[in-house]
Amino acid sequence: MRRFLILTRREIASAFHQPLAYVVLFFFLLVTGFNFHAGVSLLNRSPGSTTMVEAFFNTIYFWFPFVLAFPLVTMRVFSEEAKLGTLETLMTAPVRDIQVVLAKYTGCLFFQIALWAPSLLYFLAFSTITGEKASGAAGAYIGAYSILLLMGLLFTAIGCLASALTNNQIVAAIISFSTILFFFFIGLLSFLLPTSGGLLRELTYYISPVEHMMDFSRGIIDTRPVVFYLTSTLLILFATFHIFQYRRWKA
Amino acid sequence: MIKVEKLTKRYGSFTAVANIDFEVQKGEVVGFLGPNGAGKSTTMKMLAGYLPPTSGRAEVAGFDVFTDSLRAREHIGYTPENVPLPPDMRVSEYLRYRAALKGVPGRRLRERIGDVLELCGLTDVSRKIIGHLSKGYRQRVGLADALVHEPDLLILDEPTIGLDPNQIRLVRNLIRNLRRHHTILLSTHILPEVEMLCSRVVIINRGHIEAMDTPQNLRARLGQAGHILFDAIVPDPRSAAATLRKIEGIQTVSHRADGDWTVFTVEANTGHDPREALYSHAMEHKWRVREISRPPVSLEDVFAEVTNGEEH
Repeated sequence: MRRFLILTRREIASAFHQPLAYVVLFFFLLVTGFNFHAGVSLLNRSPGSTTMVEAFFNTIYFWFPFVLAFPLVTMRVFSEEAKLGTLETLMTAPVRDIQVVLAKYTGCLFFQIALWAPSLLYFLAFSTITGEKASGAAGAYIGAYSILLLMGLLFTAIGCLASALTNNQIVAAIISFSTILFFFFIGLLSFLLPTSGGLLRELTYYISPVEHMMDFSRGIIDTRPVVFYLTSTLLILFATFHIFQYRRWKA
Repeated sequence: MIKVEKLTKRYGSFTAVANIDFEVQKGEVVGFLGPNGAGKSTTMKMLAGYLPPTSGRAEVAGFDVFTDSLRAREHIGYTPENVPLPPDMRVSEYLRYRAALKGVPGRRLRERIGDVLELCGLTDVSRKIIGHLSKGYRQRVGLADALVHEPDLLILDEPTIGLDPNQIRLVRNLIRNLRRHHTILLSTHILPEVEMLCSRVVIINRGHIEAMDTPQNLRARLGQAGHILFDAIVPDPRSAAATLRKIEGIQTVSHRADGDWTVFTVEANTGHDPREALYSHAMEHKWRVREISRPPVSLEDVFAEVTNGEEH
C-alpha cells in the first residue's frame, strides 16, 4: 500500500509537471466558463424553463471539452515512460505491475477531478449572486457530479488502455478520443430512434452518456448506468493491466 | 550472490542469450564483456527482473528473479544502458521518490539521500531539474538511484558510455569505492576499464559465454602464445633468422630492417620462453643486442581472439 501511494503521488506530480496540463486547465476553464455564461443567458431569456445545473451539463459546450480532456490527460501516462525508457527503472524497483497500473490510473483520475471540481464554484457563485437556487434539489448536484465521476472512471480507463497500447502519445490520444466519441455518438443515435419500445432504444440508453447526464442532472439516479460504468471500468483496467504486462515482457 | 542456470532468452526465432551458466560470489566485481548485440544487456535485464527468461533460471541473493521477483529486486541496484530518467524531477526529489519506492524507511530517507548525493558528487546539483543536467551528471544520478537502498548487488549496464575522459575517471573511481560494500556486475566496451575494476571477466558473444576468468589468467592464457621482439645488429639477417629457427621452442622467425638494426619477430611454442636462449645465442655470435622483449598481451587481444574480432 505504501508503494502504491508513493507511485500515485509521483503520477499526480508528473501530471502537473507538464505544460500541457496548464494548457488543458486554461482552455477547459475558458470553455466551461463560456458554457456557464450561455446557461445564465438561457435562464434570463426564459426563466423557469430549466435549472442552472441542467442548463450547464446538457449542452454541446459541456460535452466538447469533456470528451476532449480525457485523451489529452491520459495519452502520456504509459507511452511517455515506455518511450523514455523510465519504465525499465520503474519496473526493476520492487513494485508490482498492478500497483503501477492502478497508480497511473488514479493519477489521471485525480487530474480529471481537479479539472471538474472548480465548476462547483460556478453554482455557488450563481446562487450567491442571484439569490436563486441553481438546481431544483440537492439531488441534482449529487446526480450530476456522481455521473461525472462515473463517466470519468470509465473514460480515464479507456485513455490508460490506449496509452498502454503504444509508445506514441498521438496514437494513444487518437485511439482513446475515437473510442470515447463512439460512446458519445451512440448517445446521439438514441434521439433518432422512436422514444418507446424497441431493443435498440433500450441498448442505446444503456450506454448513452448524453442520456445518463440528462437523467442524473435532474436528480434521477438510475442504477443501470452505475453498474454499466463500474463494470466496464473494471474490464478495461483488467485489459490495461494485461496489455501492460504483455508489452513489457515482449520488449 | 548471482546464480545463473541454463538461462535462455529468445525473441521470436532470434536467440539473444543461449543457455548460459555462471555464478558471481559475494564481494566480486565481475566485468561483462562482449561486442554489441552479444546479449549483455538482455542478460542484465533478466537479472534485474525486467525481462522474463524464455527458459532457465537466475537467482539473486537466494531469490529467484522470476518467481520471487519483488524480493530479488530489493537486493538489486540496476542502471540500464543510457540511464533513463524522468526529465521533470529535481535530483533530490527523484532520489527521494526512488528511495521510498525501494523501501527505505521514512526516517532514514534524508540520511540515505545525503549519503548518495555526496558519494556520487551530486550535492551541488541536488536542486537542479534532471532534464537540464549534462550526460555525466545524469549518469551519476542513475548510479545514485541504484545505490540509494543499499543493495547487495549492483548491475551497471555500460556505466561510462558517452562520457568524456574526466567523467569516465570520476565514474570509475566511484565504482572502485563501491567495491568494498557491494557485489558488482558491470558491462562495458572499454577493456582497460575491466582490467582496472574487475576481479573476474565474463566474455559473451552471440549469446554464448566464450570465456570466464580473471583478467590476468585470460591474458596469460593468450600470452603463452605471444610473440617476442628481438633487435640486434647481425651480418646477414637471412642466415641469422635461419639459425634462430633452430633454437628449441621457437616456431617461426620473421625479420625486417630498421636502419642498421634487424628486428626479429619470434613466435615461440606454447609454454616456452626462449628469451634467455636468444640472449646466449646473440652472445655466442657476438651480435650487438638492443632489445629482447615480450610485449604484454592486452585484454583487447584476448577479446578479439575469443570473439573472432576483425583486428586479429
